[in-house]
Amino acid sequence: MNTESVLFYLFAAILVFASGMVVTVKNSVYAALWLVLAFFTTAGVWLLLEAEFLAITLVLVYVGAVMVLFLFVVMMLDIDIAPLKEGFTRYLPIGLLIGAVIVIEIVIIVGPERFGLEAMPAPIPHAADYSNTKELGRLLYIDYVYPFELAAVILVLAIIAAIVLTLRPKRWSKFVAVEKQLEAKSSDRVRVVKMPSEKKKH
Amino acid sequence: MSVPISVSEFAPLLPEIFVLSMACIILLVDLYLTDDNRYISYALGLLTMGLAAVITFVTMPVESVVVLNGTFVNDQMAAILKLFVYLLTAAVFVYSREYLIARSLFKGEFYVLIIFAVLGMMVMISAHSMLTIYMGLEIMSLALYALVAMQRDSIQATEAAMKYFVLGALASGMLLYGMSMIYGATGSLDLKVISEHVAGLEEKDLVLLLGLVFVIVGLAFKLGAVPFHMWVPDVYHGAPTAVTLFIGTAPKIAGFAMVMRLLVEGLGDMQFYWQDYLVVIAVLSIVLGNVIAIAQTNIKRMFAYSTIAHMGFLIAGILSGTQEGYSAAMFYTISYSIMSLGGFGMILLLSRSGFEADKLDDFKGLNDRSPWFAFMMLIIMVSMAGVPPALGFYAKLAVLQAVINAGLIWVAIIAVVFSIVGAFYYLRVIKLMYFDKADDTTPIEAGRDMRAVLSVNGITILALGIFPGGLLTICVNAML
Repeated sequence: MNTESVLFYLFAAILVFASGMVVTVKNSVYAALWLVLAFFTTAGVWLLLEAEFLAITLVLVYVGAVMVLFLFVVMMLDIDIAPLKEGFTRYLPIGLLIGAVIVIEIVIIVGPERFGLEAMPAPIPHAADYSNTKELGRLLYIDYVYPFELAAVILVLAIIAAIVLTLRPKRWSKFVAVEKQLEAKSSDRVRVVKMPSEKKKH
Repeated sequence: MSVPISVSEFAPLLPEIFVLSMACIILLVDLYLTDDNRYISYALGLLTMGLAAVITFVTMPVESVVVLNGTFVNDQMAAILKLFVYLLTAAVFVYSREYLIARSLFKGEFYVLIIFAVLGMMVMISAHSMLTIYMGLEIMSLALYALVAMQRDSIQATEAAMKYFVLGALASGMLLYGMSMIYGATGSLDLKVISEHVAGLEEKDLVLLLGLVFVIVGLAFKLGAVPFHMWVPDVYHGAPTAVTLFIGTAPKIAGFAMVMRLLVEGLGDMQFYWQDYLVVIAVLSIVLGNVIAIAQTNIKRMFAYSTIAHMGFLIAGILSGTQEGYSAAMFYTISYSIMSLGGFGMILLLSRSGFEADKLDDFKGLNDRSPWFAFMMLIIMVSMAGVPPALGFYAKLAVLQAVINAGLIWVAIIAVVFSIVGAFYYLRVIKLMYFDKADDTTPIEAGRDMRAVLSVNGITILALGIFPGGLLTICVNAML
């Protein structure tokens, strides 16, 4: 076994374990942290595949930005896990059964027999000066320019949809008009009323 | 494979580019409008559909044109389906205006989201690569999820949107998994390369078969065919009727195009395998849709189950695997969307501020309130049931002929038997309209434009039923 295989199995083992933890841990903050680990190890596997640019992007964008955002959201939401777990044991047997059947089917088909090195020979490693990023750019901006533009449309649409669903114009909500508060003088708020003094009756 | 792209390659995309630009323009223009002149967004929406139709008609190709490294195709079928999408969407705009105003949903976003959904449908219709199909599907679905949830204070609408979103995401996952398997087996996303690879296979490829199964699951989910239909009734019922009207019409055309592109153009030579799966889905959909619709008291839910049954017919046309079957399925899809447009249009016509005419009982005694619109509803119901001389009869006939010619007589028999069972709930609406006394005798308040378009809609169903030759020829030519 050469270093590359050792590294691959190491990364793969951590990745599978971390992914398992993402869906099984109870606390969603921990789940997000396990997901970070899964992303890191995926980036490692991608590096072994000579996809350096993608690996770095995965760490920078997903780990650095998306997951941090995710953690903030998860921490701000008050998620009560208990009702989500209702009926868990009731549906567990059938879920396990169906899951097991699908896993067996997939393992039978997606095995070394069809995707092994004999069926799909390994690509020739590229020289050190080979620019991965340039190739990626060529694919994105020439071969797949149409899907690439469509992806941009999806992002615009997602922004519009998110705003439509969450924006509440000011007139619908109770808010503090700071400028009006600042303009207010004591005379606007307190009225001094002169009146003759009275004696309390007991 | 990297060939630099010349600008002229973008020419067949002109309709898509125009629709996207208009969506952005409406988004910006709407910012500067007050609620009093919001109708400008509405007018711009109609204008977009009209001009897009002109552009699509002018750029209609004689032979199929594939550009942008095999990701986009423009052919007869694409142009015709797009024209129907514009037509249906324009009618949706007209029908829904007053309904939206009455529920303070009359906002620019409604039009922007619908136009984006139309763009997604156009992308799906013109897709020539699995990646483009998926992109188009996601554009359309995202816009639809947001539209369903637009009525934010309605718990029902929010629940429907949530279900639609979660199940839709699951279906997209299935579809993607299947696509990745097909990519693994054939080494390409381009539908043409895939079909050449499949044609060259000497023995069956299990990887391809696994991919096919997942793709069919994804497609059935998106079409709302049994056993992946659970979301349809809830979404149809929970969404604002104006949105249900849209979901029930134009996306069906895009769904048909998606099945045609993936199964027929891409995996056409695996027809031996996918025919069996589609037979099961089609038969179950026709049986279950028609039987459960009988038990519904809410007309939106009833239409939802009837949609499931109609999708069964659509799939039955495709599963025959012949040119005849494909054009029959196309004819069926177009006919069904026109009928569905009329059906939901009637619900919108009877609804008014603070009142949803979505119960079957709301149609009681419609004949006394408005004989003309009762007659229109009569035509729509008769057509959906498949009684001559309405359009639905010819659509069903064409599909059944194709199924029988493909040697699947038992499928045709089940389809006919359960269509007769289904006729019960369509005829019940007619009975309520003509033989029952109205509980509510408020005169129908609807603008002249809506009345006119709805009348044209009903008369079209009748006219196309009496003279189906033209539309049938168009559908046959589109498949050549």
